[in-house]
Amino acid sequence: MTRFPPPPEGTHPPLDFAGYRSTTLRAPSQPPVVLPHRLTEVTGPLLGADRIGPTDHDLTSQHAGEPIGQRIIVSGRVLDSDGRPVPDTLVEIWQANAAGRYAHARDNWPAPLDPNFTGGGRVMTDSTGTYSFTTIRPGAYPWGNHHNAWRPAHIHFSLFGTSFTQRLVTQMYFPDDPLFGQDPIFNSVPDAAARQRMVSRFDLDATRAEWALAFRWDIVLRGREQTPFEEPHDD
Amino acid sequence: MTDRLGLTPSQTVGPFLSLGLPWPDGADVVGDDTPDAVRIGGIVFDGAGEPVFDAVVETWQADPSGGFDHPDSSTRTSFRGFGRCPTDGDGHWEIRTLKPGPVDGQAPHVDVSVFARGLLDRVVTRVYFPDEADANAADPVLASVPADRRATLVAVATGRGDLRFDIRLQGDGETVFFTV
Ligand SMILES: [Fe+3]
Repeated sequence: MTRFPPPPEGTHPPLDFAGYRSTTLRAPSQPPVVLPHRLTEVTGPLLGADRIGPTDHDLTSQHAGEPIGQRIIVSGRVLDSDGRPVPDTLVEIWQANAAGRYAHARDNWPAPLDPNFTGGGRVMTDSTGTYSFTTIRPGAYPWGNHHNAWRPAHIHFSLFGTSFTQRLVTQMYFPDDPLFGQDPIFNSVPDAAARQRMVSRFDLDATRAEWALAFRWDIVLRGREQTPFEEPHDD
Repeated sequence: MTDRLGLTPSQTVGPFLSLGLPWPDGADVVGDDTPDAVRIGGIVFDGAGEPVFDAVVETWQADPSGGFDHPDSSTRTSFRGFGRCPTDGDGHWEIRTLKPGPVDGQAPHVDVSVFARGLLDRVVTRVYFPDEADANAADPVLASVPADRRATLVAVATGRGDLRFDIRLQGDGETVFFTV
């Protein structure tokens, strides 16, 4: 018995996507076996606020000084596909600095490290499913996948929802990035509309005057069942 | 069948997941002073047999009585049930946990997600236990797996009472992965 309907075709990337070279030796070659949803799959870790440190929501405040770059607020709601908010759920992010460099030992392209930026954050959604981070806008970076390959600027996101079936790791992109067309990771999502759902929008209302620009990004996890629903409010 | 709101697609964790995902106690589903704790771990291999040093393995399981720390569990417990261990430079991961009890008429099992650079979506597998031959033989999920591949889902006991579970993403001895 499947309690969470399968994702619509084209929503998630195929594991073997030749344009992304690292898939070649890592994508399984055997077809997957369907795992019916039983108790282990419909439950999942409900990780709490004890997983959050005091500066985890503000990536600009984790060091003695302020990081270089354009300060931004990234916020939105975590919903399921039936339009229900997912409250009190852990959201984790990681990202490059403003120059496009990760504070990671294996990132060695010659862009500057920022001693005031590590690039990892965590928050819980509130009772309405809303999350918010303060950070700096990440830079694009080259990655050697093909000649002159550049990743569009992005923030990595990790979400749990309330069940094992809802676990999602994804990336948030920025509007109108000229690098989308040549990026196989972005374009690995077959459905064009689904691809656009990874792109945040500029959010004037959430900007903070004389302080930070803002981007809004709602994240939709699998819903438990199909139910008729009234039009969700677009706020 | 169309979902009401379009789902957000999956994307790879990329090579630098260790900036965002690990916790200091991630691999400690139970503390090191817990009686009957078992260590479950192994190496993640790619299709060339090389260790995957930029993956993270996550586990989700019941406690020894079959309960989960979740409202949908009729016997809710406070057992965290969740483990998370990035692979090291040798592709090795390991968690410390308790052996789960049977759940819903299934043999004891641990659900596993693997994320890595080069995986555009997670892959999901299950760990079963080598000392549960009868329960494994009656398990409906194992029964749905081609017989010649079932062994990839059963951990191997090591001399110290710990369990070895290598994950082969591709090729010879490829681990069985599931669609959830
Ligand atoms: Fe990245």
